Amino acid sequence: MVNAWLIGTIVAVVAGVVGFFVVLRGAAFAAHAIPNGAFAGAAGANLIGLNPLLGLGVFSLGSALGIGTLGRKGRSDAVTALALVTMLALGAAFLSQSTEYEPQIFSLLFGEILGVSSSQIVPVAVLASVCILAIVLLYRPLLLTSLAPEIAAARGIRPHVVDTLFLVVLACSTTMTVPVVGAFLIFTLMIGPPAAARCFSDRPGTALGGSVVIALLTLWAAIACSFQTNWPVGFYVGVFSGAWYGVARAYRAGRRARQVNATLHENRRLSALAAL
Amino acid sequence: MSDHAVLEVERLSVSIAGRNVLDDVSFEIRQGEFTGLIGSNGVGKTTLLRSVLGLQRIDAGEIRVSGESLGRRGRSLGYVPQKVVLDPDVPMRARDLVALGLDGDRYGFARRTKEQWALVEQMLENVDASRFADSRVGALSGGEQQRVLIAHALISRPELLLLDEPLANLDPASVQEIVALLHRVAHEYQVAVLLSAHEMNALLPVMDRIVYLTNGRAASGTTEEVVRTEVLSKLYGHHVDVLNVHGRVFVIAEPGQDNQDIPEHPNLTVS
Amino acid sequence: MHLLFEPGFFASAPVRTAVLLGALAAVISAVVGVFTVVRGQSFAGHALTDVATAGGSGAFFAGISPLVGFLGAGVLGAGAVDLIGVERLRSRDIATGIVLSVATGFAALFLFLDTSKSATTGATQQILFGSIFTVSPSIVPFVLVVSVLTLIVLGVIYRPLMLSSLSSELAAACGIGLRRVGLLFMLTLAIAVGISSVAIGSVLSTALLIGPAATSLRLTKNLRTAVAVAIALGVVTTWLGVLLAYDSFYWIPSSQGLPVSFFIVALILFAYLVSGVPAVRRYSAGLSLDNHLVHPAVPAPTTKRSTEAI
Repeated sequence: MVNAWLIGTIVAVVAGVVGFFVVLRGAAFAAHAIPNGAFAGAAGANLIGLNPLLGLGVFSLGSALGIGTLGRKGRSDAVTALALVTMLALGAAFLSQSTEYEPQIFSLLFGEILGVSSSQIVPVAVLASVCILAIVLLYRPLLLTSLAPEIAAARGIRPHVVDTLFLVVLACSTTMTVPVVGAFLIFTLMIGPPAAARCFSDRPGTALGGSVVIALLTLWAAIACSFQTNWPVGFYVGVFSGAWYGVARAYRAGRRARQVNATLHENRRLSALAAL
Repeated sequence: MSDHAVLEVERLSVSIAGRNVLDDVSFEIRQGEFTGLIGSNGVGKTTLLRSVLGLQRIDAGEIRVSGESLGRRGRSLGYVPQKVVLDPDVPMRARDLVALGLDGDRYGFARRTKEQWALVEQMLENVDASRFADSRVGALSGGEQQRVLIAHALISRPELLLLDEPLANLDPASVQEIVALLHRVAHEYQVAVLLSAHEMNALLPVMDRIVYLTNGRAASGTTEEVVRTEVLSKLYGHHVDVLNVHGRVFVIAEPGQDNQDIPEHPNLTVS
Repeated sequence: MHLLFEPGFFASAPVRTAVLLGALAAVISAVVGVFTVVRGQSFAGHALTDVATAGGSGAFFAGISPLVGFLGAGVLGAGAVDLIGVERLRSRDIATGIVLSVATGFAALFLFLDTSKSATTGATQQILFGSIFTVSPSIVPFVLVVSVLTLIVLGVIYRPLMLSSLSSELAAACGIGLRRVGLLFMLTLAIAVGISSVAIGSVLSTALLIGPAATSLRLTKNLRTAVAVAIALGVVTTWLGVLLAYDSFYWIPSSQGLPVSFFIVALILFAYLVSGVPAVRRYSAGLSLDNHLVHPAVPAPTTKRSTEAI
């Protein structure tokens, strides 16, 4: 159980950090497609007797770079969707040839965090550190490239390079988390908490921190609830993420309404003064 | 104060998809000069700007910024693109974006000192953006966003500021405001300005030089030198009339003129 | 001939149902799919299939027909995406992502409950990968009616739909109820996904939605031709898939054969790849009637997202 908490913490931090930029760059589809590619890779590797992590890594990276290339060539997301579903079909086909079809699908898609072993902690921690370090290093160029690639290019940053590096980090963080929390769940953690966090704060640094905090809270609560009720962690993560997002949107709408109100009052006050 | 050339464009030729967009274009901008790059839509203004920025591959010619060729321009150039699409959901205040102008290309998290934030504050004041400094950039209007982008570009003290059609989508009152603003900060910060526009009248009061672009060729000089019937007719390759009405300039071509036959002669650089 | 059509193919009742249902699913997916691809809403389309997964597995657990679950959940999901996401492209993607996240959460729960409820494996298989051979023929009339209604709705809204996919400012200027049209379209998307989920499974129904559409849009820019070609491709691949799956019972004696959906996806992918071969493109360019472009002569939109190059 301690293992689940530990690994969950690591996964949530990575998801919060990487997810912040996934949301900023509008890379939600890529963040969904890459884990699904990873799923196929794990299933394929399993079938031919290789370490599933190898298959995971290779297919994650392949999907990531493929999506990057497709995006640059102006190819539509239709191609991504087709590639995604092909990966899923492949993965399912691979798995169907093995004997433990259904539980394996479930585990790769939805994760097995409560059953995680202590031997997985170190590799996950190492990969996580690499990913986080990369994002921290690239923080400012990544911000600028995400918002205004032309301005970044004018300053000597190369948007292509930054984009590719980010996709590689995304692939890496996917590889390490899919075995633990499953392909669907990592996507949820990379979208919900950052989307909520940026409703609470106007500043990039604070939003990033908030994204990590919300991801942590979500996963911790999900683990606790899952442990209590025996229902899957994925269910709680999904529901809590949705809830956070709903609350965040409501908060922001309220704040905007108050700001508009304040401006209105201020304008009235000023025009009243001017009339004197 | 040395009067060196901040930008030197020599015999620049650029073709895109087989079409000759820029052909043998040459001009020069000196320190602190306010230059308008004037030409109608599609004539190659953006291509020219992108070439200067190093974002566009050039076929022939040379571009030097502060005496150095492309590749080392980093700090010397500030750039305000025509449009930056920003989501109101993006967590970045105007203040943060301007701060990124200082150090956005460095690695790691930003650890900014009080002095740096004070500099940001001052810059925002200079462009009249203080009142929305803490609003999200995506929530600003087009004109407000533009001021923030100008501040972002200027804060690193470039020698040359490039703006791509900054006046295009503004109403006449805002056009006047931005032109006055640019003129003021250009002088304050001793920055040369190259700004592209398809209509020169708003810029006439503040332009030191004009680069008039048409059919891929350019004429450059002061407005008095360039915006004249003889000069522009030669540039267009057929007769055009330049009319000055109450301080506003109109370039009028005769109806039914065939633009195809452009005589072969070099670009005109007056002075 | 006997080699291709294994014994009993034409006589078998499940096969007849499969062929009928498959054709309906293919037709509606193809038509809706063309619009989905043109509007750049492939992600939303895919997300709805995962929402359908939740619905299907929930229905299974509740003991009601999976079709109801697929359709019900899809409609809810479509409404949710439309409610949260505004016209801004990126926040639409985020909204889709949120709905997708919540839906997969529920899918996880229902699938878990399904497998613990019935000791037999099969829930996951059926929902995720389709049950075209085992579905009851009584749903066919219902599916037919729903499909026809959906196609009628599409026929009514297709022009404002195309216009608003060009540029939302343009559409708004023409006074179209943008939200209404967008929501209606999302609903047709949900229905198409729901129906094809029964045939091919929720996880793979994206293929039937996007594949034939993307392929045909590579071959022609004329909207009507694209729809026709997509329908043709969809129906052919579905029927071939059904045939091959049936035959695989006999060809691979050891296993139970591969599910229909695998064959269909493989065929769709094959068709897509073939359409990319230069010779094929030249041939189709020579044939194509490009007098009405998918997008009529309108100045290039200022937004980044314009007609998609496939």
